Amino acid sequence: MREIVVIGGGASGLAVALETKKRGRDVLLIEREEDLGGILNQCIHNGFGLEVFEEEYTGPEYANKYIEEFLKLDIDYHLNTTVLKIEKTNNYFEITMSSKARGIEKIKAKAVVISTGSYERSRGSIIMPGERPYGVITAGSAQRYLNIDGYMVGKRVFILGSGDIGLIMARRMFLEGAKVLGVAEIMPYSNGLTRNIVQCLDDFDIPLYLSHTVTDVKSGESNRLESIVIQKVDENFNPIENTAKVFEVDTLLLSIGLIPDIALLDNLEVVVDSLTKSAKINQAYETSVRGLFICGNSLQVHDLVDNVTLESIRAGKCVSDYLEKKLEKNNESIDIIPGKNVGYVTPQVLDFSWSPKELIISFRGKKKMEKTKIKVFQNNELVFEKFKQFIVPAEMETIKLDYSKLNKFDELGISLEEL
Amino acid sequence: MGKKTFTCIVCPRGCRVTIDDNMNVTGNKCLRGEKYARTEMTNPTRILTTTVKTTFKNMPRVSVKTEEPIPKELIMQAMEEINKVTIKEQKKIGDIVIENILDTGINVILTKPLIRNEVKNEEVHLSN
Ligand code: SF4
Repeated sequence: MREIVVIGGGASGLAVALETKKRGRDVLLIEREEDLGGILNQCIHNGFGLEVFEEEYTGPEYANKYIEEFLKLDIDYHLNTTVLKIEKTNNYFEITMSSKARGIEKIKAKAVVISTGSYERSRGSIIMPGERPYGVITAGSAQRYLNIDGYMVGKRVFILGSGDIGLIMARRMFLEGAKVLGVAEIMPYSNGLTRNIVQCLDDFDIPLYLSHTVTDVKSGESNRLESIVIQKVDENFNPIENTAKVFEVDTLLLSIGLIPDIALLDNLEVVVDSLTKSAKINQAYETSVRGLFICGNSLQVHDLVDNVTLESIRAGKCVSDYLEKKLEKNNESIDIIPGKNVGYVTPQVLDFSWSPKELIISFRGKKKMEKTKIKVFQNNELVFEKFKQFIVPAEMETIKLDYSKLNKFDELGISLEEL
Repeated sequence: MGKKTFTCIVCPRGCRVTIDDNMNVTGNKCLRGEKYARTEMTNPTRILTTTVKTTFKNMPRVSVKTEEPIPKELIMQAMEEINKVTIKEQKKIGDIVIENILDTGINVILTKPLIRNEVKNEEVHLSN
């Protein structure tokens, strides 16, 4: 029986494994790829590490810092190993995993941490009219093909969605010689960081079409993408007539959002939040299943990897505490609810059987706001407030509050108010 | 008197910085923003990140970057130089791939080890 099994060897899993190992726990990490580092390995651009290291690194460099420490601490791991199933029996978990080298294996653990990251929304998850030709792929897949495997998915490219991966890939494909004809964003503002608009699009004169979306896709004889049509949309996102523009392209990259990957929770009775599309957690990153923890992008999609690391270190500390103190549930808990202008919040539950001093709440605003007050209420009473110059949906916000003064019955509500 | 405002791209905070004719910079949250605004006015530079071909089957590409920002107008030329290279032997992260690219005085270095022996040789690692 292992104490902790961490599933996923990206930024989150590495941080959890390091933190728990440093606290003297027994930990095994399982990674499905042949190398540690996760998605960071294909994010070869820079911009990582400013919060944690106060220096700017590329994705592989950022990953390498943790991988080196991980190897130095002699932490147990399995590579090329896919976890198929997690089951809970009484007081422990049974994990079924599979690898080419060793076939199907089962292990037991007292605690499990899900650090499986997120997956990209694909064409199926949005309504896009037209044919279904080759050449329509997610920006992240194209990034992997290019940066890891070394081949270009196309020569004339258009990008749907202005998320950071899309912007980064616009530049990347341009640099490798592709014609990048433009980026269409259905919202009136970009979902990416401003710096990526500047250094990925403006630097190379790649046009950004705000309030535009792809309304048709056409293929040629071999069912390869040949052209797309984009159209301007109104406030209700309906295409406006006579605004169609045609682009002859062989590739359409989709950068339309990430979704936490929680496929492994299927066999467990985990309560899911429809807003985060992941498990509901308490302030210790524990799901509704005792001993099952979740953090990183599989909990909520982050915009900065530094925050994944910091969150996962906190989760690692909580898992260690859990094993040390063998906490019993005492059923004293309250809900934390997203209120006005708040898109989602984690944790969703404040569980009084845990006793860390402070409560860290992460959330996203629903819209762009200026001069905003973040307010937390319990039973109509203001228990916390903080001023923020800007709130944008693209950036996750985090607040810390002391919960020793809260009552143990009424839910907490968090809202944003423009001054 | 003219003023120019742009987004500082040195870090993801993306401050809006303004520079006037006397090269006074405002709006930056840190000193790097001031330096960025001045070079952006005179000689804009960027860190270039890309990949290099290798002869290793399990790692056909390895990621690299310019150690320092290079002039923006040299970026496509630098890409050409970097795409001429094929790495044949193992290297450590930070090792130089191209020295003094295009006479900028700046090296192109690996941002990932090629190959991480400890891991590549060992699919399962159990300490006891
Ligand atoms: S001024 Fe400093 S804090 Fe602001 S974006 Fe530039 S580097 Fe970042």
